[in-house]
Amino acid sequence: MSAPRLKVENLRVAFTVGGRRREVVGGVSFELASGECVAIVGESGSGKSVTARALVGLAGRTARVDADVLEIHAAEVRGFTARQWQRLRGLEVGFILQDALVSLDPLRRVGAEIGEALRLHRWGTRASRASRVIELLTRVGVPRASARARQRPDQLSGGLRQRALIASAIALDPDIVIADEPTTALDVTVQAQVLSELEAMKRRGASLILISHDLSVVAQLADQILVMRAGEVLEQGSAAQVLCAPAHEYTRALIEAVPTEHTRGSRLSPVPVPEAALGAPAPAPTSAQAGPVLEARALSKSFRTPDGGITRAVDDVSFDLGAGETLGIVGESGSGKSTTARLVLGLESLDSGTVRLLGQDWSGIPERARRPLRRRISVVSQDPLSSFDPRWNVERILVDAVPRSEYRSTAARKARAVELLGFVGLGPEVLPRFPHGLSGGQRQRVAIARALAPRPSLIVLDEAVSALDVTVQAQILDLLVAVQASSGVSYLFISHDLGVIGHLSDRMLVMKDGVVVETGEPAEIFGNPQHPYTRELIASIPEFDPAAIAARK
Amino acid sequence: MTGTGSTTSTAATADAAATPPASRRAALSRWARRPWGLYAAIAFAGVLALAAVAPQLLATHDPLVLDYPHSLHGPSWANWFGTDESGRDLYSRVVFGARESLLIGLGAAAVGIVLALLLGSLAALAIKPAAVVVDRLVEILFTFPALLLALLLIAISGPSAVTEIFAVGLGTAPGYARMIRGQILSAKRSAYVEAATALGHSRRRIVFAHILPNALRPLVAVFALSVGQSIVWASSLSFLGLGVAPPSSEWGALLDAGRQYIVQAGWLIVVPGLVIVAVALTATTIGRHLQSALERGEK
Repeated sequence: MSAPRLKVENLRVAFTVGGRRREVVGGVSFELASGECVAIVGESGSGKSVTARALVGLAGRTARVDADVLEIHAAEVRGFTARQWQRLRGLEVGFILQDALVSLDPLRRVGAEIGEALRLHRWGTRASRASRVIELLTRVGVPRASARARQRPDQLSGGLRQRALIASAIALDPDIVIADEPTTALDVTVQAQVLSELEAMKRRGASLILISHDLSVVAQLADQILVMRAGEVLEQGSAAQVLCAPAHEYTRALIEAVPTEHTRGSRLSPVPVPEAALGAPAPAPTSAQAGPVLEARALSKSFRTPDGGITRAVDDVSFDLGAGETLGIVGESGSGKSTTARLVLGLESLDSGTVRLLGQDWSGIPERARRPLRRRISVVSQDPLSSFDPRWNVERILVDAVPRSEYRSTAARKARAVELLGFVGLGPEVLPRFPHGLSGGQRQRVAIARALAPRPSLIVLDEAVSALDVTVQAQILDLLVAVQASSGVSYLFISHDLGVIGHLSDRMLVMKDGVVVETGEPAEIFGNPQHPYTRELIASIPEFDPAAIAARK
Repeated sequence: MTGTGSTTSTAATADAAATPPASRRAALSRWARRPWGLYAAIAFAGVLALAAVAPQLLATHDPLVLDYPHSLHGPSWANWFGTDESGRDLYSRVVFGARESLLIGLGAAAVGIVLALLLGSLAALAIKPAAVVVDRLVEILFTFPALLLALLLIAISGPSAVTEIFAVGLGTAPGYARMIRGQILSAKRSAYVEAATALGHSRRRIVFAHILPNALRPLVAVFALSVGQSIVWASSLSFLGLGVAPPSSEWGALLDAGRQYIVQAGWLIVVPGLVIVAVALTATTIGRHLQSALERGEK
């Protein structure tokens, strides 16, 4: 047994903000052997990214990093100067950042960006560097590598950009690679490709430190897992042990919070649903309505692309949505799912097709005529913050959404706002606060409260839980289920996340390139997918398989 | 560390001894980081306001009394900024000129902003054909050098303070109109306006509750910046003899009058010039701070 590639004992990181010292990481210890993967799992604010940065001297100038031991290749690196760190990074340690779009220089060709790492470390000659770049791009699975090397980041898809970033991190064959959320914001099929690339790197003998909020991603690669929350390591052990027999209740909550088609009907979060949510009132009664709440027939919408072409964003999409039902639309970026939502909401005009809301014409009438009917259909978007007027506090946001025709006095509207907050598990103390001072989960609750304000028959939720931490997402999903159960409101739920769709939907549509490729009940689709694309999607979902994890050991 | 405290008063030394050196250094750097420029600007704005409202409180002489024996004297204890060709006290003339200069600056800025508001809102919110026409009009005005527009107006209606206000206002309006149009358009496309549309609010309610307040919020700061700019412009018009006529001691007119004596009595040009620069700086400093305070408030 040789010495570990990286050894850290009792790593602590503190920041000094406004003269006050605040410890953000308290006591991380682990050893990383060759060909091994250590994963650090946690939600936002857990200190996982700071930990990764501190390991390579990138925690920043305001950070104070302390450790009892911090060795890379059995060499103590605690007293390293910036210059020494620079030599170490790239040569011995590769760093893959999340979000390839902002991490790559937009004006530089991808090949030059990767070659830069080689040049800085005086690797080879100009010609040998160029061929090395092509070799690296080919190795990380970029097709037509020599052509791609001459392109700029904006000409590459998200998956290709992420791979270019991986190529630059491994350019000098470092033994240790740190990947910080390497697949966040990628489509699930692309994520599968990136994960298999990381897996291949591991097989070639690289040691991997994987930072992620996503347990199912971690389950694919990790040999050892650290679970962090608020700077503390709550649980640490082999992957099999942490994932299959978690000891800490937080780890259990994290695992149980992951929605899948099997979790349908069960609660995801140990946090109880607010009692008031169970009292959410039924949609306002409407005149003679027995048919579906929403009928979409042959919706089509094209957009002109900047280069003069035309994309069919939505192409002949039809569906019905009944009262109290949830219809899920799943698809990757560019599949047309969000455009479908906007067409249904009447925020985008149709090229052809019709939408009927509660049996009445909806798409074929002018906006002025649509307004009275708008109270029957609400929306919750992915980014609640931008959907609130930045000058308004929660009280104004909610009072503004309460129909004046039903709640005539200001006092009545304010009372209704308090009631709405109750449905979503928030107290009246939130009223004077501004959305930017609320947490992501609280903001989304306020957005749901606003959507409930006019007592709609239908709520369109466009990626409504995608930006949330998994435990918060679990609470919001539980809340949505409870509100639906008590009020009978219908949901049109749009997401890229198959697990969320499987958990929530009564029926689902799978979209690709503007077309519905498959439709049915989640059990059928997950159990027996018909269309090749659906099969690929479902195969791409990373899942924990305890047997596979144990076998890797 | 102890040696540094020896020159300060005993109370400060005791204080310094009680607090550790690190926090003292932090306090010192906090003190150095305070917005001293802003404080100075506010203080100077106060002096200007006093000069405009009650110049007799600040002036040392009557600005109009001729005193030929004392003509073209340099700055001295008796005449702080020196005297002009007729022996009038320049300091008192500058003080008495403040009211007119500031009124022209504020008036021009107000005319400019109101005009810009009108044009910008129309270009962004009117129905299509009207909006396009206004938009083109603004673009055409924008291509004219602003001074040219001002000269045109003065050529038509002759030099006077009122003409000057409108001339400078017209000159500055196109730039601000384009800015306002951009602000309104970005508010119009925002997610919160879409959310309000989805709630079924009327177009008018959305425009007045969301679009205009959000788009026009930065205008407070822009107005302050514009005042500084307008004063400089108005002075240049007066300097060219196209503004207020003598014996008024409007600052631009002072510059114009001093031009002839630039060799013998440089202070006649330098002092009013410095005052104009100081006023423009003051307005800009206050405007910038307002702007960044508003941006911080948004976050």
